[in-house]
Amino acid sequence: MSGRYVAICVALAALALVPAVATVADAPFYTGLFARIMVFAIAAVSLDLILGYGGLVSFGHAALAALVIGFVSLRTSGVYFIMITLAFGQMVYFVAIGLNEYGGDDGLNIARHSDFGAALNLDRPVVFYYFAYGLLLLFLFLGNRIVQSRFGMLLQGVKSNERRMIALGFPTFRYKLTAFVMAGAVCGIAGALFANLTLFVSPSIMHWTRSGEIMMMVILGGLGSLVGPVFGAAAYLILESVLSRLTEHWQAVLGPILILVVLFSKTGLYGIFALPRRRSG
Amino acid sequence: MAEALLETAGLTKRFGGLVATGDVSLSIAPGEIHAVIGPNGAGKTTLIGQLSGELTPDSGAIRFAGAEISRLGPARRAALGIARSFQITSIFREFTALDNVALAIQARAGHSFRFWRAARRDARLRDPAFAALGVVGLAGRAELVAGSLSHGERRALELAMALATAPRLLLLDEPTAGMGPEESASMVRLLAGLKGRFSIVLVEHDMDAVFALADRITVMVYGRVIASGTPAVIRADPEVRRAYLGEEGG
Repeated sequence: MSGRYVAICVALAALALVPAVATVADAPFYTGLFARIMVFAIAAVSLDLILGYGGLVSFGHAALAALVIGFVSLRTSGVYFIMITLAFGQMVYFVAIGLNEYGGDDGLNIARHSDFGAALNLDRPVVFYYFAYGLLLLFLFLGNRIVQSRFGMLLQGVKSNERRMIALGFPTFRYKLTAFVMAGAVCGIAGALFANLTLFVSPSIMHWTRSGEIMMMVILGGLGSLVGPVFGAAAYLILESVLSRLTEHWQAVLGPILILVVLFSKTGLYGIFALPRRRSG
Repeated sequence: MAEALLETAGLTKRFGGLVATGDVSLSIAPGEIHAVIGPNGAGKTTLIGQLSGELTPDSGAIRFAGAEISRLGPARRAALGIARSFQITSIFREFTALDNVALAIQARAGHSFRFWRAARRDARLRDPAFAALGVVGLAGRAELVAGSLSHGERRALELAMALATAPRLLLLDEPTAGMGPEESASMVRLLAGLKGRFSIVLVEHDMDAVFALADRITVMVYGRVIASGTPAVIRADPEVRRAYLGEEGG
């Protein structure tokens, strides 16, 4: 337990050194890559909260308005829930395509970064990096508290056996909705960071494949571990970066890797590297 | 007789053309163990489902502690003090036995919009959960993952979860289902020890268990109540003997 804990802390702390190393090595590209990893890691951690702990497979995760979407979608369950979140996600996507004043299909260039005053100038890649890093650590910490809290136990109970939870007297709907909205809000923050990072937003960030990508990061990293998806996001984006330089069909290589990881470990990379061999399911 | 804790009147539930329960009227006194027996397909589990709120009756009324509850959902009824155990064991397999019962305690401890304190270190959940495990004889298994417990232990765990919600009425759907004679006997001893603390509706196939425990027995056949009364009355009832007990050579 403590050994694993230390290893995770070391890995997370090592992320703090990336800009320094990149500067020394004169490779600022890596600050950008890891900033991107951080942003996606935030989204992946938020998805893990509802997917890994609550068992809610959502394909609308890249879209905002989680309260309304959740309210309708959570009336269904299982495959129907997957389909309805997918439908909502796609609906938002197509609305965004139709909004010509915001660029429609072509996307929207953003003239400047979010302005939080002189103390937080997101124009500078290093400042942005540490801002995203700080948010990631904050959400990991909060997420870790939440999954161990009564709310978190309830969420895991719902995933394990919702019928039993209801029979025990839990009105599960309102709790699931809360989890859905919390995760959606955090994912929205990741979206804002993403826009700041690329200075460009297009409807494609709301497309279901984007949700699918985040889901892959979660599964690759390890469902229901919170910290796993951070490593999932890192592995996914680094692989993408490396493989896409070798071949334009990089997804054909990434797919089998993902399948292999999932086949060999139910809990993804986290299960392979961080967990001792005691837990099987 | 004291005023009934639970009363049903004309409870009817149909599945297509099949009348699962037809015009069932029951009255359960505080502290009473009321057994419901009948051959397979008699509508016993459907009755439990309607009492717990998982099924909505097509017609009829259910009064619990003086209030009409037949339109309330299962979570609301559980909060009012109706706990159930399932015929097919329904537990949280990934959690430890103690976690399972702690969740049941949590269900009765107000809302769960609590995001900060670690639930597994909360003595207000853990202590009563541990006590409930002790009642059913599982204190020594508290830290084991529920999925790894034996069948009998899981049945006992399920009972502990129902007890932990501090119910006024316990709906037990075949608590001895799938148990060997010894496990079965120990479950009967356990239930006998609980007698009088709350009302119990007991659906059971094991006639030894029924006659050992029940204050009153209701016999159902094809969705209808054919007899209701004390064990002695039921044992002597010719229609019951013909329709049901006779089958077993009783």
